[in-house]
Amino acid sequence: MIKDKSPYAITVCGLTKRFGSFTAVDHISFDVAQGEIFGFLGANGAGKTTAMRMLCGLSRPTSGSGMVAGYDIRTEPEAIKRHIGYMSQRFSLYEGLTAGENIKLFATVYGMTDSAIGRATDEICRRLDMADMLSTLVKEIPIGWKQKLAFAVSTIHRPGIVFLDEPTGGVDPVMRRRFWEEIYRVSSEGMTVFVTTHYLDEAEYCDRVSIMVDGRIAALDSPDALKIRYGAATMDEVFRTVARDATRNE
Amino acid sequence: MTILRSLIRKEALHIVRDRRTMVITLVMPVVLLLLFGFAISTEVNNVRTVVVVDRHNDQTRDIIECLQVNEYFSFVGLVADSDVERLLRDGDAEAALYLRTDVGLTSAHIVVDASNPTSAQAAAAYLQGLTEGDAKKIAVTYTLYNPQMKSAYNFVPGIMGMIFILICAIMTSVSIVSEKENGTMDLLLVSPVKPTTIIIGKLVPYFLLSCIILAIMLLMAYTVLGLPVSYTVMTVAALSLLYIILSLSIGLLVSALVSDQVSALIVSAVLFMLPVIMLSGMIFPIDNMPAALQWISCAIPARWYISAMRKLMIQRLEFSHVIREFAILGAMTAALLALALGKFRSNP
Repeated sequence: MIKDKSPYAITVCGLTKRFGSFTAVDHISFDVAQGEIFGFLGANGAGKTTAMRMLCGLSRPTSGSGMVAGYDIRTEPEAIKRHIGYMSQRFSLYEGLTAGENIKLFATVYGMTDSAIGRATDEICRRLDMADMLSTLVKEIPIGWKQKLAFAVSTIHRPGIVFLDEPTGGVDPVMRRRFWEEIYRVSSEGMTVFVTTHYLDEAEYCDRVSIMVDGRIAALDSPDALKIRYGAATMDEVFRTVARDATRNE
Repeated sequence: MTILRSLIRKEALHIVRDRRTMVITLVMPVVLLLLFGFAISTEVNNVRTVVVVDRHNDQTRDIIECLQVNEYFSFVGLVADSDVERLLRDGDAEAALYLRTDVGLTSAHIVVDASNPTSAQAAAAYLQGLTEGDAKKIAVTYTLYNPQMKSAYNFVPGIMGMIFILICAIMTSVSIVSEKENGTMDLLLVSPVKPTTIIIGKLVPYFLLSCIILAIMLLMAYTVLGLPVSYTVMTVAALSLLYIILSLSIGLLVSALVSDQVSALIVSAVLFMLPVIMLSGMIFPIDNMPAALQWISCAIPARWYISAMRKLMIQRLEFSHVIREFAILGAMTAALLALALGKFRSNP
């Protein structure tokens, strides 16, 4: 799936996005290894979503460069789109379509054949235990299931990298834990996971974590290393120490 | 192609599953046509008229006879001069005709109740026609193309001009903007689907819906409302399809300019619906407008559509008489479509 044998799924150097005089993302640089679960943390307004949109090819960077799945984000956004999956809490699925129709729509959009779609649908039903919900409208499915379904749909075409924008917003801890089991499963199959989250306990599940403050990356390391560096017992404390000096607050 | 087909299917499912909107969309054109065709009428019939005559002679008798047989008037009777004001005030009469004979010459004075200016104007005009010059030579007016002066004929093109803006522009812009609001547009944009495919997938279902409505309205116009069927029907359909595409482009442009459903609705309604109703000649004749408004009306697509439709449906003129309207609408469509697609590509 990935074009070259680079050890990195994502490399970013000096990535910047300005809206007029406002610098949303300010010269960020980082690498994400193949198969890694990379946590992208930051307060609201820190620039997480803007950075993620640039990586997905939804928005053009003002300056800086980046490679995603072996393709240049400035010149080859169309190639990137074929190799990534994308899911967010808010933008999950078409509420007016049934679960089955959503699966079929997005699988078709990603160029899957009918027989592949049939196999993938069976597999999703079996794994998520939701065969009986296939012909239910998405708006009538409980949010926990909806998010697992959205995740399954966003990875249906087996992308090399999946971007998750606050995928677990608004669900209870049990559901969140189940959702992370799904993340571990795709990661164990070699998929790279790039995830933003508000829940600091979830940051503990990541291989490495970056914390964005005011458009810059203020800290980047594994959760254990960060806890040692800031003398903190939990990621929550780490985050509060790092984000203490934030000036943007929305 | 399979991608486009699945996108069209998705949109069609959304339209069909939204029962309420679906019913409104299909029933509204029918109701509007019936309402304007039968209930709302600018024709004036049975104007209750009293006549005041100071001295009877052949001329006055002729005029009264004409009044009695004319279906536009109902002759209330001969009254005294002093009663006229009371009759008009009480609503027992709507018009009074004074016939005075002076040295063998009969002159007519007309008094009308103008609390409804439209019917007053019409009544005055009828009466004038009746009494013009020598009553023996009552002016003969031929009304071409619409001999019974049915206002239904006049309204059909106007209603169609309005409905397509309503369905194409408003529904399309609201549905595209709602995808932006819900974020499902982002899901499609991060996928390998080209923005143009997304847009076509969005427009085709509304185009098909509009075609169904066009068929319903033409069928009604030519049957229930009794517009004369002629070989111009094909040109009417072609012109309407062009106008539908133009309205879809307006919807697309609006959706590229605004970011929430309420603004989409307001912009489509205020910027496009109101001018269609007020300035397109649908209700108020363009020739009666101040020069400035006449100029503005040139920029309103519905004006050209309605004018061409009247020529085709009522006057039954050949295609060569509406080439100008076709060309203007075609140019407007091309410009709007280019603008909207450009906007969407640069800022989806």
